[in-house]
Amino acid sequence: MTYLDHAATTPMLPEAVTALTNALSTVGNASSLHTSGRRARRAVEEARESIAASLGARPSEVVFTSGGTEADNLAVKGVHWARKGRNRVLVSAIEHHAVLDAADWLREHAGADVTFLEVDDFGRVHADTLRAAIAEDPDAVSLVSVMWANNEVGTVNPVRELAETCAEFGVPFHTDAVQAVGALPVDFAAAGPNAMTVSGHKVGGPYGVGALLLGRDVPCVPLAHGGGQEREVRSGTLDVPAIIAMAEAVRVAVDEREARARKLADLRDDLVRRVRAAVPSAIYNGDPGHTAMDGGPSRLPGNAHFTFPGCEGDSLLMLLDARGIECSTGSACTAGVAQPSHVLLGMGVDPKLARGSLRFSLGHTSTRQDVDALVAAIGPVVERAQSAGLAGLRRG
Amino acid sequence: MRVLAAMSGGVDSAVAAARAVDAGHDVTGVHLALSAKPGTLRTGSRGCCTVEDAHDARRAADILGIPFYVWDFAERFTEEVIEDFVAEYAAGRTPNPCLKCNERIKFEALLDKAIALGFDAVCTGHYARLADGTLRRAKDAGKDQSYVLASLTPEQLRHAMFPVGDTTKDDIRAEAAARDLAVADKPDSYDICFIPDGDTRAFLESRIGSRPGQLVDAESGAVLGVHTGVHGFTVGQRHGLGIDRPAPDGRPRYVLSLEPVDGTVRVGPADRLSVREIVADRAVWPHNRPLDGVVECVAQVRAHGGTSPATAEFRDGTLTVRPQAQLRGVAPGQAVVLYRPDADGDVVLGSATIRATSA
Repeated sequence: MTYLDHAATTPMLPEAVTALTNALSTVGNASSLHTSGRRARRAVEEARESIAASLGARPSEVVFTSGGTEADNLAVKGVHWARKGRNRVLVSAIEHHAVLDAADWLREHAGADVTFLEVDDFGRVHADTLRAAIAEDPDAVSLVSVMWANNEVGTVNPVRELAETCAEFGVPFHTDAVQAVGALPVDFAAAGPNAMTVSGHKVGGPYGVGALLLGRDVPCVPLAHGGGQEREVRSGTLDVPAIIAMAEAVRVAVDEREARARKLADLRDDLVRRVRAAVPSAIYNGDPGHTAMDGGPSRLPGNAHFTFPGCEGDSLLMLLDARGIECSTGSACTAGVAQPSHVLLGMGVDPKLARGSLRFSLGHTSTRQDVDALVAAIGPVVERAQSAGLAGLRRG
Repeated sequence: MRVLAAMSGGVDSAVAAARAVDAGHDVTGVHLALSAKPGTLRTGSRGCCTVEDAHDARRAADILGIPFYVWDFAERFTEEVIEDFVAEYAAGRTPNPCLKCNERIKFEALLDKAIALGFDAVCTGHYARLADGTLRRAKDAGKDQSYVLASLTPEQLRHAMFPVGDTTKDDIRAEAAARDLAVADKPDSYDICFIPDGDTRAFLESRIGSRPGQLVDAESGAVLGVHTGVHGFTVGQRHGLGIDRPAPDGRPRYVLSLEPVDGTVRVGPADRLSVREIVADRAVWPHNRPLDGVVECVAQVRAHGGTSPATAEFRDGTLTVRPQAQLRGVAPGQAVVLYRPDADGDVVLGSATIRATSA
């Protein structure tokens, strides 16, 4: 099996598996007052401190959640609700649906005026764009949300600059760093966002756990009410084993980031070069990745994203899947139906072309053999998918 | 063979796919997303395009251990089936969207794509028998769907598989249960899939709007009332005519004909519905054998019921069918399908679209 979908989820790191399995057989609700409870609580607090240390945050800024989606929703809705009287929500056009749909919900149900910040052809939000959008009516802005790095095309945003721009106007800034952690240098304090989303399974931890790094001075209304376990902002019994394992995964991913990122970028560059040689018509989407951004690369090191003109993404995916190569059409799914990606559309790609796109994402288990397998298959697969694309046009 | 199994989420297509697997084929399951806006968890809806149907199809594929994908044919379906359906009604005809879907989506758009991607055949859960290129009625007469498959060309049939046609529906349900397929007791779908509430008139009204016309007594010529469009009527229809007076003779009145240009709907007694001659065009011969001379056969004029022994003749591109029994409510736009009676299942001779009828 050639697994080229690490951006969807990546295998758990051995350290995280060990931490998780060890913790699974222990008992103790982290909110209980007795010995077992205190033991669980201690483990959670150590995990909190570890994550804070890895990501340049203070422990008290780490709010554990059930994952990236909850953290995004908590940031977008919670901060918006907390800033009563301000109804402007600014999000980039290329956000993950967890941000996009949360903002859209606020538009439909809370009267929010949502502005979608335009991106350039690489999928990048510019500080000038953000500044102009805020300046239209700064006092009415409840929050700004722009992802650190895009999950589909891998383009890295100038987070530090965007955070500075928001700070100038005193507007809270949230960034979804789900894809960035472990791939780019991520420092919450240095970059300056007020809230930042982290996911467990994207960095080699378990599913169903994540965190919102939330500045102490950022008011946020909870989504769900209950025991108030996490700073009264997030309720629910803490998933102690998952939290321990996520902290371990974040620690390893961040510690080994530089060496791993270099290896992945080399592998990715090789993949891109050879796929383009095999399919000269392929269009490489997103930032070329050869410039610097906030001390890291301008593109996620493991991301390669192509459009194959004349092909349907679902045909390409099926044909590769049948050859044991797993990738993604990088699109949102409704009942599993491939829609043209809003990220590509936001970048100005023609909807028909957008449908013929594939994301290959490398991760910590990727090898040269994975790239070889893809390169061997991609030519014939694209040729076949092109003939299927033509068949669709024949009588249509 | 490499077989693409079209899986609607219902019991028939699930068992069809299972049988294709059993037959040793390399099977891949595909659910066709036909609705631009798939419904979510609507209760009571039994269409072919809800999120639950995609889920049910996926679970059946899991049980069979075959790859499964959802392919988006919403655009093609809208253009070729829904828009055609609306246009046909607006023109005073009565279309059969299932037939159109087989002809243009399952065995054209899907089949073309399947062939191009390296598959040899498309397998569906239709009740019809197909062996050695010969299309016959299903074993289960009550479930037979050969009517909506009869307009497939020999080339399309060459790449088609209908594995459940030789079995009764009851036995298919029992087989599904034995195979642990959760869809074993899923209700049959009867409605038009893109009109989940079954209110065809309201659907057409929303698409076509109001095109008022007169309801006229076919015998006296008297105007009996007005209506909001010929698309609200089908030849043979008795209910919902909106006439507030009984006929002078007290007999029920039926729609006899529709005139889309001036909007006239003619109504009259049941005996005037009987048709002696059906003229049809756009003939398709699934076995590449156009009728030669006057042929004795059985004609079927709608999806369920409406059969009669008949003579048929094909000349200069026009098919003329003379039913021997009284066939009522023969609606232009529907297909007339001809069969040759056979102990092993009546053989489909051909299909054509009804253009006109005469009493």
